[in-house]
Amino acid sequence: MNAIFYLWLIPLLPFAGFLFNGLLGRYLPKWLVTTVALLAPLAAFSMVLQISLGLSANQGALAALPFVHTCPFPWISVAALHIDFSFVLDQLSLVMLLVVTGVGFLIHIYSVGYMAHEEGYSRYFSYLNLFLFFMTVLVLAGNALLMFVGWEGVGLASYLLIGFYFQKDSGANAGKKAFIVNRIGDFGFLIGIFLLLANFGTLTFSEIVAKLASNPAWQGGVLTTIALCLLLGACGKSAQLPLYIWLPDAMEGPTPVSALIHAATMVTAGVYMIARTHVLFDHAPFALGVVAVIGAATALFAATIGLVQNDIKRVLAYSTISQLGYMFLGCGVAAYSAAIFHLMTHAFFKALLFLAAGSVIHAIGGEQDLRKMGGLWKKLPITFAVTTVGVLAIAGFFPFAGFFSKDAILYAAFVQGGSGRVLWFVGLLTALLTSFYMFRLWYLAFMGKPRSEGIHPHESPISMLGPLVILALLSIGGGWIGIERFAAYLSPSTGELHMESAIPHLELILSAVAVLVALLGWFIADQLYCRKPARPAQMAAALPGSYRLLANKYYVDEFYGATVVKPLLNISKYVLGWVVDVGILGGAAWLLAGIATFTGAILQRWQSGNLRSYAAWLAAGAAAVLLFVLVPWTTVWPVSMDLIGKVARH
Amino acid sequence: MNSILSQEVPISWYLMLSAVLFSLGVLGFLIKRNLITVFMSIELMLNAVNLSFVTFAHQWHQVRGQIFVFFVMMVAAAEAAVGLAIIIAVFRARATLAVDRIDLMKL
Repeated sequence: MNAIFYLWLIPLLPFAGFLFNGLLGRYLPKWLVTTVALLAPLAAFSMVLQISLGLSANQGALAALPFVHTCPFPWISVAALHIDFSFVLDQLSLVMLLVVTGVGFLIHIYSVGYMAHEEGYSRYFSYLNLFLFFMTVLVLAGNALLMFVGWEGVGLASYLLIGFYFQKDSGANAGKKAFIVNRIGDFGFLIGIFLLLANFGTLTFSEIVAKLASNPAWQGGVLTTIALCLLLGACGKSAQLPLYIWLPDAMEGPTPVSALIHAATMVTAGVYMIARTHVLFDHAPFALGVVAVIGAATALFAATIGLVQNDIKRVLAYSTISQLGYMFLGCGVAAYSAAIFHLMTHAFFKALLFLAAGSVIHAIGGEQDLRKMGGLWKKLPITFAVTTVGVLAIAGFFPFAGFFSKDAILYAAFVQGGSGRVLWFVGLLTALLTSFYMFRLWYLAFMGKPRSEGIHPHESPISMLGPLVILALLSIGGGWIGIERFAAYLSPSTGELHMESAIPHLELILSAVAVLVALLGWFIADQLYCRKPARPAQMAAALPGSYRLLANKYYVDEFYGATVVKPLLNISKYVLGWVVDVGILGGAAWLLAGIATFTGAILQRWQSGNLRSYAAWLAAGAAAVLLFVLVPWTTVWPVSMDLIGKVARH
Repeated sequence: MNSILSQEVPISWYLMLSAVLFSLGVLGFLIKRNLITVFMSIELMLNAVNLSFVTFAHQWHQVRGQIFVFFVMMVAAAEAAVGLAIIIAVFRARATLAVDRIDLMKL
């Protein structure tokens, strides 16, 4: 219970690690860099663990949440606007913190093995620590502005890590793409913050909740606008339609980064944000519907692309987008705790899958093409075992973690009735596709015969296998807590989860259907990629149009390129570049310069360098002054000749 | 003593003389090409001013004007020393004292 009073240390420890390794790391021996880089998340994680254990042992303290820690110095205090650095610990942020620091710590350990022979070892770990700092700030933030700071910060860390191999053009470009696409979402978030400020006069989440609670009749209207703006932000960060395009490219980064940032934690920030501001969405049913539709559409859309990708990390990237779609779907049917539940289990099994993929890539010398793998199960037994666990978990087999959380979301969608049934069906279809492409990956990578020569796979070091095994255990048991208890635990933060249904045994039936669908996916993959390995190519040849459409990812990148990027570039180049910059701004500058040169050329004549001409001007000036002083200008003319005499007589 | 001699010279005459001397100094400064002549013109202007100082001092029975004249003479002496030194230096450097040729400051 004591650790809770040092809440601010949780973000600051990784930040200290970042400063240390970022500033000094390159001059220090590797073991010291590693120690500092691992200690920071370990300390943060143990603090979170101590807090959560202390809380679960003490029901009174648990009921007393949220715990608010406010920095004694105000951050912004202007007129009526007052914003503090305040951290809020409640059930929601506690669960997120456990996931972020726990999975984060495991991935730090994994990285020690994975990055051992890479250039920029200390740079890598300083970025990773920086990410943890901003992510914990995001999670703990007690107001929207501080959350935005963390939000931008994780974007920065993501950018730095995607572009970690910045010597490669593709790495640098992917980093830029992620940053720019996220900026569109951030723009929405920022507008949402401004609207919150204008309509609520505060950005503190608890005050917004209180204001809405005292005004239950306040529905829709500006709340819908705010919710949609926040949703735009969430779509950017969580890679949802239409802003998902940066995530597949983000796979240019090192694989542990893909696991930590682009699968387990950062990309779920959008889901977390919606859960955090869920009262707004509750008061804006239209926006909530949009969330659900975007989630379901993204889930299906990304899953279809995932069917035909050949890069092992890209398959996982599209599956991440698809699973994030599930979480949005859960949020959209107001089952926030189910969405957070799936967020948590997804963090386990997707981190596991990415790290296992990293282990495979590491083992066969950097190859990522599934078509060149095959038969690896004998050579990489542990990696194979944990991947199997991950695949079973994501496909939703009982009793793995993914089963419970996916089931909760689908069930919540179904019991909503009406359009919820459609959402449920889309989710179920996605589950089929998910099961199929994950088993496709599994078969292609591990089963069959090795498909390329000259690969000498070797099992990864213990520092990589350890986290894999722990994550595998979490992927098995992470869902056993069950949605009811999880939802009850989260209910103070995310509201009650209403999942009653008139139909008896509905949950059981839906679960059975989901598992059957997953089995069906496995069966198809088994048929296509194990028993009749020639079939996929035949099918692709039989349906060239659809295959090309999927293989080219629906041409979305090309579409955006033609409709957004190119016009923007042209406007920048011609209108802004030529007309505004060269024409107006440059013209104005040239005009001023011309005026100065011209007047200078005239005035230059006075500066002849001729002593006597200076003297002549001096004399003329003196004469003019005399004239001005002595002539009685009121009676101007005639000037009397005895001017000096007059003065003398005076 | 007849009337003309016993009468004082009117003050305006002194002032006229001062003005004429000053104007001659200015004129000489402006039109003369030789640096030494120019320098002498400056001295002429200074002394023209001195004359009017003395005139007024006499007129108002005040000693301040005369003190001022001493100051001016002192400064003029110092200036003559420095100025002549400069002229010698210029002559050594450029082998001419024509003001029109000494135009290094010209753009």
